[in-house]
Amino acid sequence: MEVLLYTILTLCVLGVLAAIVLYFVAQKFRVEEDPRIDCVEKMLPGANCGGCGFAGCRGMAEALVKRDDISALFCPVGGGDTMKAVAAYLGKAAAEKEPQVATVRCGGTCDKRPRTNRYDGASSCAVSASLYAGDTGCSFGCLGHGDCVKVCAFDAIRINPATGLPEVDADKCTACGACVKACPKKIIELRKKWPKNRAVYVSCVSHDKGAVVMKACKAGCIGCGKCEKVCPFGAITVEGNLAYIDPQKCKLCRKCVNECPTGAIRLVGMEPLPKAPKAAAPAAAPKAAAPKAAATEGPKLVPLKASALDPLRLLNPLKTVLPAKAAAAEDRPLVPLKEAAVHPLRQLKH
Amino acid sequence: MGGVHPSENKLSRAKAIEALPLPEVVQIPLAQHIGAPATAVVAKGDKVLTGQLIAEATGFMSANIHAPISGTVQSVDLQPNGQGVRQMMITIKREGDEWVETIDRSTELVKECTLAPQEIIAKIKAAGIVGMGGATFPTQVKLSVPPGKKAECLIINGVECEPYLTSDHRTMLEHGEELLVGVTILMKAIGVRKAYIGIENNKPDAIAHLRSLAAAYAGVEVVPLKVRYPQGGEKQLIAAVTGRQVPPPPALPIDVGAVVCNASTTYAVYRAVQKNMPLIERVVTITGKGLKEPKNLLTRMGTPITTLLEAAGGLPEDAGKVINGGPMMGRAMVNLASPVTKGCSGVTVMSGRDAERKTAGQCMKCAKCVEACPMGLEPYYLSKMTQKKNWDEIEAQMITSCIECGCCQSTCPAYLPLLDWIRLGKQTTMGIIRARMAAAAPKK
Repeated sequence: MEVLLYTILTLCVLGVLAAIVLYFVAQKFRVEEDPRIDCVEKMLPGANCGGCGFAGCRGMAEALVKRDDISALFCPVGGGDTMKAVAAYLGKAAAEKEPQVATVRCGGTCDKRPRTNRYDGASSCAVSASLYAGDTGCSFGCLGHGDCVKVCAFDAIRINPATGLPEVDADKCTACGACVKACPKKIIELRKKWPKNRAVYVSCVSHDKGAVVMKACKAGCIGCGKCEKVCPFGAITVEGNLAYIDPQKCKLCRKCVNECPTGAIRLVGMEPLPKAPKAAAPAAAPKAAAPKAAATEGPKLVPLKASALDPLRLLNPLKTVLPAKAAAAEDRPLVPLKEAAVHPLRQLKH
Repeated sequence: MGGVHPSENKLSRAKAIEALPLPEVVQIPLAQHIGAPATAVVAKGDKVLTGQLIAEATGFMSANIHAPISGTVQSVDLQPNGQGVRQMMITIKREGDEWVETIDRSTELVKECTLAPQEIIAKIKAAGIVGMGGATFPTQVKLSVPPGKKAECLIINGVECEPYLTSDHRTMLEHGEELLVGVTILMKAIGVRKAYIGIENNKPDAIAHLRSLAAAYAGVEVVPLKVRYPQGGEKQLIAAVTGRQVPPPPALPIDVGAVVCNASTTYAVYRAVQKNMPLIERVVTITGKGLKEPKNLLTRMGTPITTLLEAAGGLPEDAGKVINGGPMMGRAMVNLASPVTKGCSGVTVMSGRDAERKTAGQCMKCAKCVEACPMGLEPYYLSKMTQKKNWDEIEAQMITSCIECGCCQSTCPAYLPLLDWIRLGKQTTMGIIRARMAAAAPKK
């Protein structure tokens, strides 16, 4: 009984001594931190996506509290409302930015942009881009290995197996810009987000000359300049054989859409102007069928191509050259892909 | 250390060098060497003679480019290269066969070289000679020994460890005497008295031939080497011949007193110095199991690869891949109309199953890649860290030492695309290092 008593007493004394020591140590080495950082961090979305340029929301919160001028800081996920709330709490002026959405500027679907070879290296756009120009005649277009999909923290971008192109879910997209950075071909751009996910943009980034584009892809911008002439707001500029619509100046009048000979100007969430009969068909479907999937329009090509795809290429894309004679001589189910293989690049040099 | 022994497949080893007829049109890329692209000095419509300077070296690390045929410049613009990437090329259409007068086209051997070292290097620079083994490092840069360092020996790289390729082998056999004169010129240029010619044991005829000839040249020794890929790598060859290890970058071979030069390059040096012949043609091995007639073709620069394929009996029907270079270090091409360049030592056609990669599995940590890596790196780790974008870690793990020989990938039992990732990681890391150096530079 005595032993037990002494043991308990000794432990208690030791505990108290340790507590006293620890108390002074903690006082001595205490890290002063602004309590507002915790509050601001709680106000931020907590996605830790890095879209603000900091490693996570904590870093952003620290910067917001410590910097006097926070107009350069913006949380794309929380958007203007969050920034306003934070600014009001801190008593600083908030940055104002209109909502944005990631936009994939390539319309080179499987049927419009024939494959000229197969890639069988590591399934990564970055690796593929470091090796060669791509598996089609277009050296600017989407490689389709989905580096953008892998980096998206919000599940907002996916590769559509029918088109081979990434599609952005505008409702989920927070415009954090991770996909923009991940794309080695610089295809994805953050553009102004209109109500109801409407959009008009040039779905091509090829600076090749018109003739080269036409051979490689049926949906490419050939830099003809018709859209530039027809635009009443001066929003369109053609530079280096490529048209670009300035999202700040564009008023969604849709005149350019009917003018474009290759259909490179893409219209989302709206009906085209009634004038051109050929463009009337593709309009209604996306709005009715999938209001969510903003960039999913272009329904005319979806059902056709699924069967014509080479499943091997999707599961295990092969880095293989299918050169001229081999392609012409063979007669396998792959033929459409292979025949196409030959000419685009071959004819280029003449 | 490390290395693998892939099947040699030297199909064209017994085929004498054959001259390909002059091409009708050539495309000359301005960037066909390491360093800054050359600057074109001709424009559309200009008439050029064979051997005339058409693009000038831009700065120290660059090389001159000469017209490989005589004719009219059709264009100077962007054209797709073998990988489909557009780069600046000069297109020349052939008219006749007129040469610049100063070039001596006779085959007569000229042994005497009375030029001073600086004059030799100037001549090599003027001729636009670059390393013809594939790395295309400007030769005059290699020969300009930096102050404070001293070259002790010259090593001639006749290893040709890459499977299939035989262009160096044939050059050593058919132009042995010229090659040895080239060796003495190079020895004079860098001021050394000892030269080694490293040749793998799978070329006994070349070893015997050069040995018999080398007896007449003081200080030149032929060193037979064990067959091992990638022994033709500069650092591997130095280790095999001298036993010295080149420290990791930024150290260079000259830090251990060695200057390495490829056999074909040495022959080109002889022609440039003794015959005023610029680098306008080279031997290209056109090979592959499916080809009717694998060959060694003496080809003018800028000749389309398709012409070579036709000369070898056409592209086989089951061809799956056409590789610029050998199967280990070469690059698959998507544009067969692309031209032969200074670094193109061969074109390998892979047929059927050889052309396909096997489906990648999971890394089972067997460490075969670690064993195979000739640079003592950990390929599985570098590949994984590249996928995780951990650039600091791969830099610390010396990814910049990687010579991209592909031993790791070829030995991997899970068929992982290790080198694909490592190349990407290396490129990114080099970019980061360059940016850091550029940021640090203005402060000085």
